[in-house]
Amino acid sequence: MLRERIQASNYSFLDKLRSIDYLLILLIIAIGSISVFAIYSTEGGKFSFYTKNHIIRLVVFFSLFLVLSFVRVSTWYKNAYLFYIVGLVLLITVLFFGISASGATRWINLYFLNLQPSELMKIAVIICFARYYHRIQSSDIQSYKFLIQPIILLIIPCYLVIQQPDLGTSILIAGSGIAIIWLAGLNIKYFVYSGLLLLVSLPFAISILKPYQKSRILTFFNPDRDPLGAGYQIIQSKIAIGSGGFFGKGYLKGTQSYLEFLPEKHTDFIFTLFSEEFGFLGSIILLFLYILLIYRIINVGLVSRSFFAKLYCFGFATAIFLYVFVNIAMVLGMLPIVGAPLPIMSYGGSSLLSIMLGLSIVMSCKIYNQEQISAY
Amino acid sequence: MLNRGRNIEKGRVITRRMFILAAAKILLFAGISSRLYNLQISDREKYEILSDKNRIREWKTPPQRGIIVDNFNKVLASNDRVFQLHLILDEINDFDVTIFKIKNLINLDQFEIKKLYKKKERLKPWDTLVVSDNLTWEQFSKINLYLHELEGAKPVLSTSRFYPYANDLVHIVGYVGDASPKDLEKPEIKENFVPGLKVGKYGIENSQEKMLIGNYGIKRYEVNASGKRISQIDYIKERQGNKVNLTIDIEIQKYAQELLKGKAGSICAMDIYTGEVVAMASSPTYDPNKFTHGINQKDWQEIRNNPLKPLINKSIAGLYSPGSTFKPLVALAALEYGTLDPNKTIRCKGHKHPYELYGVKYHCWKKEGHGYMKLRNAIKQSCDIYFYEMARLLGVDKLSIIAKRYGLGTNVLRDLYSDEKNGLVPDTKWKRRALEQSWYLGETVINGIGQGYIQTTPLQLCLMTAQIANGGYKIKPHIIKDESINYKDVINKIKLDQSNFPLHERNYLDDIKVEFYQRMYHKKSNINFVLDAMFGSTNEQYGTSYKSRYDDPKYQFAGKTGTSQVRRITDLDRELDLDTDQIEYKKRDHALYIAFAPYKDPRYAISVIIEHGGSGSKAAAPLASKLIKRIIDRHKLREQFNIGNTSLA
Repeated sequence: MLRERIQASNYSFLDKLRSIDYLLILLIIAIGSISVFAIYSTEGGKFSFYTKNHIIRLVVFFSLFLVLSFVRVSTWYKNAYLFYIVGLVLLITVLFFGISASGATRWINLYFLNLQPSELMKIAVIICFARYYHRIQSSDIQSYKFLIQPIILLIIPCYLVIQQPDLGTSILIAGSGIAIIWLAGLNIKYFVYSGLLLLVSLPFAISILKPYQKSRILTFFNPDRDPLGAGYQIIQSKIAIGSGGFFGKGYLKGTQSYLEFLPEKHTDFIFTLFSEEFGFLGSIILLFLYILLIYRIINVGLVSRSFFAKLYCFGFATAIFLYVFVNIAMVLGMLPIVGAPLPIMSYGGSSLLSIMLGLSIVMSCKIYNQEQISAY
Repeated sequence: MLNRGRNIEKGRVITRRMFILAAAKILLFAGISSRLYNLQISDREKYEILSDKNRIREWKTPPQRGIIVDNFNKVLASNDRVFQLHLILDEINDFDVTIFKIKNLINLDQFEIKKLYKKKERLKPWDTLVVSDNLTWEQFSKINLYLHELEGAKPVLSTSRFYPYANDLVHIVGYVGDASPKDLEKPEIKENFVPGLKVGKYGIENSQEKMLIGNYGIKRYEVNASGKRISQIDYIKERQGNKVNLTIDIEIQKYAQELLKGKAGSICAMDIYTGEVVAMASSPTYDPNKFTHGINQKDWQEIRNNPLKPLINKSIAGLYSPGSTFKPLVALAALEYGTLDPNKTIRCKGHKHPYELYGVKYHCWKKEGHGYMKLRNAIKQSCDIYFYEMARLLGVDKLSIIAKRYGLGTNVLRDLYSDEKNGLVPDTKWKRRALEQSWYLGETVINGIGQGYIQTTPLQLCLMTAQIANGGYKIKPHIIKDESINYKDVINKIKLDQSNFPLHERNYLDDIKVEFYQRMYHKKSNINFVLDAMFGSTNEQYGTSYKSRYDDPKYQFAGKTGTSQVRRITDLDRELDLDTDQIEYKKRDHALYIAFAPYKDPRYAISVIIEHGGSGSKAAAPLASKLIKRIIDRHKLREQFNIGNTSLA
């Protein structure tokens, strides 16, 4: 009987409301609120530009998330490639009409927002790959014919993003794409081989890096190499986090950020500020919130019937994990500084928009979890 | 059906792979957590220190120097208010522009500007540059008027060393100046130094640095990443240096300095029981205040090129043959060793029949001769012939034992003054060691009248006089009040011993070491004999300083004149017999005088030296006489003050 209703695709509004993952919404609100407090603290406890903007964006994009959550998952499926193409077009637009800041050309001026297409591309790749592998038979997955297409689909945006240059986002896009290829069941040997290949080609890869990227990597291995230059950010970030101790210095009392020792504190280093003020305890709680968020997204995948939804949710969960991990590992000095925002926490419209968009697709998977999607 | 089976298989693969990924995620999150644990819990302290280092910057504030006071707590070296101009370097955008504006306001010359740029190079960007540490009121008010146009300029009311008695004390108190690299090696300066702090360069200022310098304060500020001060966190107040209390009486010192005006020489005065130096004047002098902010070239050349050598502290660094002022000690030594009977008569026959030894002639100063002399008369009239013979009989080694015991041949104030001289009391051993020659008897003979190798400082002569005048007791000479000495006890102890009949536990004729406040004589009557002879020298007719005497027993003093040759007297000189003012200045004799007062119950010893002053009786004794009156007039005041003070302690 239920099945009939599904086939008929006539969920009542009440059913939809009932299917919403409220815990997921609660988590988004929790992390969102924490981010408001953190941004407020970066401004030295003054309610001004960044805080205001961040709140507005949160409210707008959260509403957008709620609305888009009710879009049928099959609609997302149908438009997956379109989504990818739009992303690609925007990336090319950036190449020609992008606006620059501090040596990088990453944004398109949309007047109300400087859109960073590479952020949208992170989601586009996941949804595109989810659709691609949704329809491929498991027997065909191992064949080169079906492997070469996603690799090309992945290389194009990655290349475009590296050109901006934005190594961090490019790695994250590649990471999310590879994650889906892995989930779809490609033989493990491919991963081992390409991993080895990557290691071998690393010296060549480094040689084509921009000087500042090279210095960042060298600095990662030895931050004291240039404590006032390239190593400055990571040294100051570690000092801030370390001096926070177990309970932290207290809200609005983070001296490292308040006295401007921390660079990029609203964006990439927001975790540093949070960790300085709220200490080990606060950091672990925040980390736990992200783990819960990832768990809830995976859970949606588990209860979904379609491969598209499963692949998308697992892929998106992995992407969120990657963003969080790369960002935090970076500010803790475990990874080179590559420029990766912390999802929801970091100030930045495009990043927030893409996360909310991604989450709304997850929510739509949840609401329409019983929907079957035909392969064609 | 097949399709369905495949789909189930595909779903399983996806789920399995998801779980593998999830496991990896958990692992990586665990890695992050352990890293957080490391940073925030294990290494917390390290990062806390680093964070504080980041945000807290310290500025040292200079301490005020301790003051120096005289015996009566009159301030001899104080800290005066001065107007300074500082530049806070991190508040300046364009240093050149600021300096240009300042240059026009307070008229800096090219040389001073160059110095400022050099100074700035050595400073850190958040340091303070002292543009001028002594502005006139006019300059200071001008700066204040245009302050809004001067980036980073800070007019500061500060303090700097001021010597109210300027010239009168420079040889005792010394002066301060900028620290040299060598000064900064001294631990007491190194530990307490703040850029711009003045340190002692000479005298008490230098040797008592540890007492005077004080401790700097610390102002801790929270600063931001660009070094801007945000707030003051902490202020440890600086501690002013300790007071240094001298034994000098500034009134007497001033008067002694006034008596020496226009002359080159020294006057020293000492309490014969306590060993306190009451005055220690050296002439000519200079103004120590000029050194505080760096002396200008013209003034410096003037001081340096003065032929009377104001930079030399003549009381302790000037070496003179004691001349006849040595005679009381020679007489004492001869009496102690029983070399000759004081009633022995020797005839002084004048220049025509001088004393002869191995064909060398030794003349008395008196052309016509003294006639028949006994020892008392020989001291009183300062007959050289008598002392030639006496010295010959005594021998130089015995004389040197007594001379050293009474304070000659070693510096008096120990390590207080870096330039204090030891002088020289010769003996046969010394000559063999130092000159690798054997001693000639003729040298003993002239040693008997304080000529030859012997060299003394005025302060040594003063100490010698004091230790004879107090009845032959060793005292501890000092110029800084010594809290460990109870003056009342010391005086009573010596006076009690004086009235006792001494028991001889030790052989005072040997070269023994005598403790402070212990007697140094072998026979008390010998001391008394010498004191009586000195009385005669001043208060009886034919005495060499008879003209300078006081009849009032309150001021009555006893002394001994001396005339120290600066070169060998030739037969031609004797024939010409010129008056002092007819001789070229450099060739004139030094005039010396030693005395103690009052004669009955003496309390003070004094020594006077006038370089190239001619004869002691004409040039030195009158000055001593005047000063003695002043000292005795102030004695009661000093006694009340000191005893009142010590009883409090």
